[in-house]
Amino acid sequence: MVLKKGNSGSTATAAILALLIVILTLWTVYIFVTKPIWSWFPPAINEIGHEIDRQFMRTLVITGVIFVLAQLGLAWVVFRYRSRGQRATYSHGNNVMEVFWTLATLIMFVGLGIYAQRTWAAVRLQPAPPDAMRIEIIGQQFKWSFRLPGPDGKFGKYKFEAHPEQEFTRDPWVVDADDPDGKDDLVLGPGSVFAVVVNQPVELLIRSKDVTHSFFVRELRLKQDAVPGMTIPLQFTATVPGEYQVVCAELCGLGHHLMGTFMKVLSQADYDAWLKDMTAE
Amino acid sequence: MTTHAGAVHAHEAPKGFIRKYIFSLDHKVIGKQYICLALFSAFVGMFLSVLMRLRLADPTIKLPFFPEGILPEQYLALVTMHGTIMVFMVLTTAPQSGFGNYFLPIQIGAADMAFPVLNMLSFWTTFLSMVVLMAAFFVTGGAPLGGWTAYTPLSALGEITGPGQGLGMTLWVIAIAIFCGASLMGAINFIATTLDLRARGLSLMRMPLTVWSWFITAGISLLAFGVLLAAGILLLLDRTAATSFFIPGNLVLTDKVIPHKGGSPILWQHLFWFFGHPEVYIAILPGMGVTSHVLSTFSRKPVFGYRAMVFALSSIAFLGFIVWGHHMFVSGMSPYVGLAFSVLTMTIGVPSAIKTFNWLGTLWGGEIRFTTPMLFALGFVSLFVSGGLSGLFLAQTSIDQYLHDTYFVVAHFHLIMGVAAIFGMFTATYFWFPKMFGRMMSESLGKLHFWLSFVGVYAIFMPMHFIGLAGHPRRYADGSGAAFLASMDPVHMFMSVAAFITIAAQFIFLFNLVWSIWKGKKADINPWQATTLEWSIPSPPPHDNFAGHEPTVYRGPYEFSVPGVADDFILQTTPPDKVVKC
Amino acid sequence: MPGAAVTDELELLNAGGGPPADRGGAGGDWREGPGAFGRERRMYLTGVSVALAAILMFFMALASSYIVRKGTGTDWQPIEMPRILWLNTAVLLASSITVEVARRKLAQVGVGEFRNWWAITTALGTLFLGGQFVAWRVLADQGLFLATNPSSSFFYVLTASHGAHLLIGLFALLYVAIRAGRPVWRRRAIAAEGVAIYWHFLDGLWVFLLLLLNIGR
Repeated sequence: MVLKKGNSGSTATAAILALLIVILTLWTVYIFVTKPIWSWFPPAINEIGHEIDRQFMRTLVITGVIFVLAQLGLAWVVFRYRSRGQRATYSHGNNVMEVFWTLATLIMFVGLGIYAQRTWAAVRLQPAPPDAMRIEIIGQQFKWSFRLPGPDGKFGKYKFEAHPEQEFTRDPWVVDADDPDGKDDLVLGPGSVFAVVVNQPVELLIRSKDVTHSFFVRELRLKQDAVPGMTIPLQFTATVPGEYQVVCAELCGLGHHLMGTFMKVLSQADYDAWLKDMTAE
Repeated sequence: MTTHAGAVHAHEAPKGFIRKYIFSLDHKVIGKQYICLALFSAFVGMFLSVLMRLRLADPTIKLPFFPEGILPEQYLALVTMHGTIMVFMVLTTAPQSGFGNYFLPIQIGAADMAFPVLNMLSFWTTFLSMVVLMAAFFVTGGAPLGGWTAYTPLSALGEITGPGQGLGMTLWVIAIAIFCGASLMGAINFIATTLDLRARGLSLMRMPLTVWSWFITAGISLLAFGVLLAAGILLLLDRTAATSFFIPGNLVLTDKVIPHKGGSPILWQHLFWFFGHPEVYIAILPGMGVTSHVLSTFSRKPVFGYRAMVFALSSIAFLGFIVWGHHMFVSGMSPYVGLAFSVLTMTIGVPSAIKTFNWLGTLWGGEIRFTTPMLFALGFVSLFVSGGLSGLFLAQTSIDQYLHDTYFVVAHFHLIMGVAAIFGMFTATYFWFPKMFGRMMSESLGKLHFWLSFVGVYAIFMPMHFIGLAGHPRRYADGSGAAFLASMDPVHMFMSVAAFITIAAQFIFLFNLVWSIWKGKKADINPWQATTLEWSIPSPPPHDNFAGHEPTVYRGPYEFSVPGVADDFILQTTPPDKVVKC
Repeated sequence: MPGAAVTDELELLNAGGGPPADRGGAGGDWREGPGAFGRERRMYLTGVSVALAAILMFFMALASSYIVRKGTGTDWQPIEMPRILWLNTAVLLASSITVEVARRKLAQVGVGEFRNWWAITTALGTLFLGGQFVAWRVLADQGLFLATNPSSSFFYVLTASHGAHLLIGLFALLYVAIRAGRPVWRRRAIAAEGVAIYWHFLDGLWVFLLLLLNIGR
C-alpha cells in the first residue's frame, strides 16, 4: 500500500478527530466552571484553606488557558492541514518562537510555584503560636487515638521515652507513671473522635505506633503523614463550627479505608462540656 | 576492504531453533521478545484492573475465585500488582527495550547492538524477574498489599502487617532487584551502541528523535536503577536479617512489640523516589520520541525545532533527577526541602511545553495523512497536554497538601503513563509493524481501536480528577469508611463501565496484531514513504540488517517536502546525486 | 561478511602475541584509529565507563543512606575499624599499580611480562578479599554482626557490596588471563584495558568507603 497524496477520507477523519478534541475541551471547561464539581469540593473552614483555594484557582485559570489553547490548537492544525494534495511547508522551526515560549512558560510556572510557597510557609515554616491548643494524634492499624496534655499543658513521656535505653517487650506506649507531667494527660483511646475550639489555634502532634498513616481533613485542606519514629506538628485555626470527617491518606494495610473518625469544632462552652464528658469516662 | 564496526563483533546468522528464537543474540529477536513480555504483562495488568474496577463499582460483587467477594486485602494486592506489573513490565520494557532494541541499531546503521550477549542476558534476566514477580500471586498469603511504592515500615515488617506481606512481599523485592540488574545491562548496551556504532555521516544531530529518546532514556536508567537496587537490598535485609534501616523502634502491632530500632521510614521514600521519579521519564521519553518521529512523517514536514527537541529531552532527563521530593511534601521531610523541590518541579513544565508547541509546529503547514500510527501520535499530544497540566497543581506544596494521595494523583499519572505512554507504544507498533513483519496491519481495525481507546481513556480518567478534587483518598477498597464517599459512587460506576469498554477495545488491537503477522497484506519496503534508515532495508530486515555493508548517511532524519525535490521525502541514505529534482 | 573482517585482521597479526606493525588511523596507533579494532576498543571502554557510572550510583545510594541513618537514629554506636583494613587497603592500592603495569606491558612489549604482572594483581586481589574476611571475623569476635547495630550493619553491607564487585573483578582478571583474545592479542589488550579501568575504580571506591566509615564513624 502506497500512500497517495490527498487520501480520500482524510477530511472525515480530520473532522471527527478535531470535533472530538473540541468537545472534550469544551466539556472539561464546562465541568470546571459550573456547579457540579464544586458541590463536591467542601468549603474550607480555615483561612489557610481559603488561601489554598485561591492559589488553586490561579493555577486552574493558567492551566485552563493553556489546556484550551493547546487542545483547540491541535484540533485546528489537524483539520486545517489535513491532506488535500497540498505540498507541506518546509521549515525546521523558528528560534524566536522557541525562546519566547520557553521564557513565557518559565516565568509563568516558576512564578506560580514561588507564589504557592507563601501558604506553605505560613503553615509549615512558622512555629505554632505559644497559646495553641496542643493535641497528640496517634495512628495505628486501623484507628486514631488522641491525647490531651491537660491543664498543665505538658505531655507526659511514654515509658519508652522516659527510659530510652530500655527495651520494652510490653506496652511501651503507656504514659510513664513516674512522670508528673503525665498525671493530668487525657488519653482518648483508639476509635475516638477529638474536638477543638473554634477560632483557637491548634497544633497537632502527629505520630504512629506501627506503619505510616496520614491524617487528612478535607475542609482544612491539610494532611500530614503519621510516621512511626517521628512526631510531626501540623497547625491550623478552624473558623466554622461543625463535625468534619478525618480519613487516613496513606496506605497502611487492609483497613486503610476504615480509619475514619471525626474532628469536632466547638464553641468554648461546648468544648468545655465535651471535655467534662470525656474526663468523666 | 571496508570494515564495518558492527561487523567486527557481529555474529553469524544462527542455526537451530534455540539459537534463533530462544537465546538469540539478534537485537531484532530480543526486541520482539521484550515486546511479547510487555504485551503479556499488559493484559495481565489490565485483567487486574478489571477486577479492581469491578469491586469499586460494586464492593459486594461475587466472582469466580472470589466467592465471598474481593476482600479489602485482595483489592490492595490487586492494586499493588497492577501498578508494579504495568510500571516495570510494560512501561519500562516495551518502549525502550522492545522497540529501542529492534530499531536503535537499524536507525543508526549498525548490524546489531554493541554487546549482543549482554543484550540476550538482559532479556532473560527481565523474564526471570517477571516470573518471580508473578509467583507472588501463588504463594501462601498471596501478593503484597503495600502498593508499587512499598512504603516502609508496612513493607518491612512482614506478615504481621497484613496478608501477602510475608513471602509475597519478599518475592516482590527480589523480582524488582533482578529487574534493576536487567535494566542496567540494557542501559549500558544502548549507550555504547549509540555513541560508538553510528554509521558514516550520522552525527548526533542527524539522529532521529527516536534514537535520541532511547539514548537519553538509557542514561536515566543507568543512573536511577542502581539506587533502587540499593534500596531493595536494604529492605530485604530489614525483612530477613533483622537490620533496622527503615524500621524505627517501639512499634506495636497486634499487641506485639517489634524488636527493631532507629531506622527511618522516610529514608526508603527518598531512595525509592530518587529512582521513582526518573522512572516515569523512562516511561514517557521513548513515547515522545516516536511521537515526534511519526508526526513529522505523516505531516510530510521536518520536526519543528529539532535542536530544541533534543534540548527538551535532555532537560527533562536532567531535571527529573532533582525533583523526587515532590512525592514527599507531607511525608515528614523538612518543609524547607519541600519548598525547594516544589519550585524545581514547576520548571519541568517548561521543556514539556517546548515539546508540545513543537509538535503543534510540526503539524502546522503540513500535509497530514491520518494513518493509524498518526492518529495515535495525535492522541498522544492531546493526552500529554491533559496529563501534564494536572502536574502543575500537584507540584505546588500548598495545593498538594490537599491533593496528595487522592484520586487526583491517580488521574494525573494514569493520563500520562497509563494512557499517553501506552499510545506511544501503539504508535510504535502500528508504524513499525510493516518493517518487522513485512505485512500491514488492518487500517480499519486500527482506526476503530483508536477511536474507542481515545474516547474511552478520557471517559475513564477525566472524571477521576473530580473525585480527587472532592478529597477521595486513593487505595481505598470502598467508600464505607467515610460518609462523603458515598456520593461519588456513581462516578466510580461510570469509570468502571468506561474501563470495561476501553479494555475490551484492546482485544481488537490484539487480534489485529496477531492476525496481521500471518494474514496482513504484504508490505512494501517503505509503505509510509519515511526517511530513516530502517525504511531502506527489506521488510523484515535480514539477520545483519545492512547485508554486511555500512550505510552512509547524507542528511538529517526529517527531510520532507524539500523545495526543488520531486518526491516529498528523501531517505537519509540517498546520495545527493541520486535525489530527483523537479 | 562479518566473519571476513576479523579474519583479514588476523592475517596481519602475530599469532604469537607480539605487538604488530603500526596500523589503524593515519599517524596514530591502532588504538585511536578508525579501523575496526579502534572502534571496538572505544565501544568496550564506553561500556565499562558507563557501567562504572551505574555502580557508582549504587554505592552513592548506600553512602547517603549511611549518612542519613547516622543522623536520624538515636542509637548510633560507632564501631572500631579492624586494623587489618589498612593492610587490605595497601594491598589493593598495590594491585592497582600492578594492573596498570601489566596493561602497559601488554600494549608495548607483549604477552610475557604482562602475564606475570597480571598474575600478581590477581594474587593481590585475592589477598584483599581474604583480608576482608579476616576483618569480618574480627568484628564477629567482638560480637558485632550484621544486625547488631546500624553502624555494624552498614559496615557489612558496604564491605560486602564492594567485595562482591571485586570478586567479579577477580573473575574478569582470570578471564583476561586465560581466555580473552585467544589468539587475537588485540582483543586481550582491549579486555585488559577495560578490566584495569574497572579495577582502578574499585580501588578508588574502596578508599572512599574507608574514609566514609572512618570519618563518618
